[in-house]
Amino acid sequence: MIDYSKILSRTVTEIKPSGIRKFFDIAATMDDVISLGVGEPDFQTPWSIRKAGITSLEKGKTKYTSNSGLIELRKEISNYINRKCNVEYNPTNEILLSVGGSEAIDAALRAIITPGDEVIIPQPSYVCYEPITQLVGGVPVIIETLAENDFKVTPEQLKNAISEKTKALILPYPCNPTGAIMEKADLEALAQILRDTNIVVISDEIYSELTFTDGEHVSIASIDGMRERTILINGFSKAFSMTGWRLGFACGPQEIISQITKIHQFAIMCAPTTAQYAAIDALRNCDEAVANMKAEYNRRRRLIVDGFNKAGLICREPKGAFYAFPCIKSTGLTSEEFCERLIQEKHVAVVPGTAFGKGGEGFVRASYCYSPEHIIEALRRIDEFVKEI
Amino acid sequence: MRNELLKLLATNARYTVEQLAVMLAETPEAVAAEIDTLQKEGVICGYKTVIDWEKVDDTSVSAIIELNVVPKADLGFEEVAEKVASYSEVEAVYLMSGGYDLNVVVKGKSLQQVSRFVARELATIDSVTSTATHFVMRRYKEMDVKLIETEKDDRGTFLL
Repeated sequence: MIDYSKILSRTVTEIKPSGIRKFFDIAATMDDVISLGVGEPDFQTPWSIRKAGITSLEKGKTKYTSNSGLIELRKEISNYINRKCNVEYNPTNEILLSVGGSEAIDAALRAIITPGDEVIIPQPSYVCYEPITQLVGGVPVIIETLAENDFKVTPEQLKNAISEKTKALILPYPCNPTGAIMEKADLEALAQILRDTNIVVISDEIYSELTFTDGEHVSIASIDGMRERTILINGFSKAFSMTGWRLGFACGPQEIISQITKIHQFAIMCAPTTAQYAAIDALRNCDEAVANMKAEYNRRRRLIVDGFNKAGLICREPKGAFYAFPCIKSTGLTSEEFCERLIQEKHVAVVPGTAFGKGGEGFVRASYCYSPEHIIEALRRIDEFVKEI
Repeated sequence: MRNELLKLLATNARYTVEQLAVMLAETPEAVAAEIDTLQKEGVICGYKTVIDWEKVDDTSVSAIIELNVVPKADLGFEEVAEKVASYSEVEAVYLMSGGYDLNVVVKGKSLQQVSRFVARELATIDSVTSTATHFVMRRYKEMDVKLIETEKDDRGTFLL
């Protein structure tokens, strides 16, 4: 008999599985679960974008594109990033279309990590950075961001995390799950530390359109001296409600992007053609649709934050992305206990903060990608639950 | 706040003042006062419920009637529109551009009753020169609300 323990990669088997498996299983036994567990917009992709995809199919645009992606789309991305983030990238050799932001993160880490290199990863954060780092032989160095710092990376934390082996800093802002953002002054302070180093910043800005402050999202690439050491990653999933189209992109200095493109060329070939045609429309014609979705998210955000606080679960104002990250320590339960009991007793699904790193203990993530009516009902049940503990 | 408040109420008239205030980042007092003003100004004209009558075995029928009208000097279409609107059978009256003048939505207990109403009441109005009656066979969407269940949330319960 084949011995699978001998054939599977040790690196892969050592990666720990996602911590929310058991909640899936509990939820699967219920048919009336009210979920706040989904990190994906509930809006349909704006019609003009879908139409552009359909038209491209009708015209028979069903072949590979160039490895980097359609030049027409790269030009639009160049304009878009310049308009939104005030950084210029040359569409011919500094932009790469990827299969979602995820592929760009994977390829970026592969392009820069030599086994043994350290990658600084702030947590709580999206679940992919640590395993991908491990897969490429890198060593994750975790910064635990704190509620009292609004879950930002502080200059002191960064200084302490840097060693001579540090190769990269992941900067996941606006942040899933905390909703934290890094403002210009915060980024300036980090830039001051990074400027004279050979540390690359992988700035995952997939939620850049979803910030709820007076100012606009600021990319670290726009800070003096940072463009040359930053790989800016973004995509169409969150801002344009295009999760299933699988389209993201990386922008950076030609020296780095050309290496990432090499990996992409061998592993992927090119990003989905239909999605690329659709995305051209997204960048040309959808400012209003994006603004409307953002306004709707903002109303829901206020609703959910207010509801948690009224239920006695302290919830800071999340300034970006589409998650609330309330503190549940007052209940005396751990994050996992809270989530398990909440789904068992009230059939409401939220994600334990610990799914996003150890530092998430004491918090849960609640997505507000749901209608206000749905959120109101979930909050009503959560309020009941907290009172009954 | 006015436009955003109206948009919210248009999607759900049952939001409480507190919920509206939270979503709009206003105080409940300010929202209540604004609703009051909107009602007094006649901007908010009423609150109704969207009902799928088919589900309660209601056999009543609706029709859309196209009326051609000779407008009166000075009064234009106003006089006849007001007269048509005054019937309790009439749910809506619109002045139209294009092939006909007034679009009238009529509700009745049966085809016969609606037909009789059109023949006896609408067609006989002096300035009405012709009518064309179209019966509604099925409702798919009413006041922005879909009456057929086509869209389910097919996202998973959990998705990181």
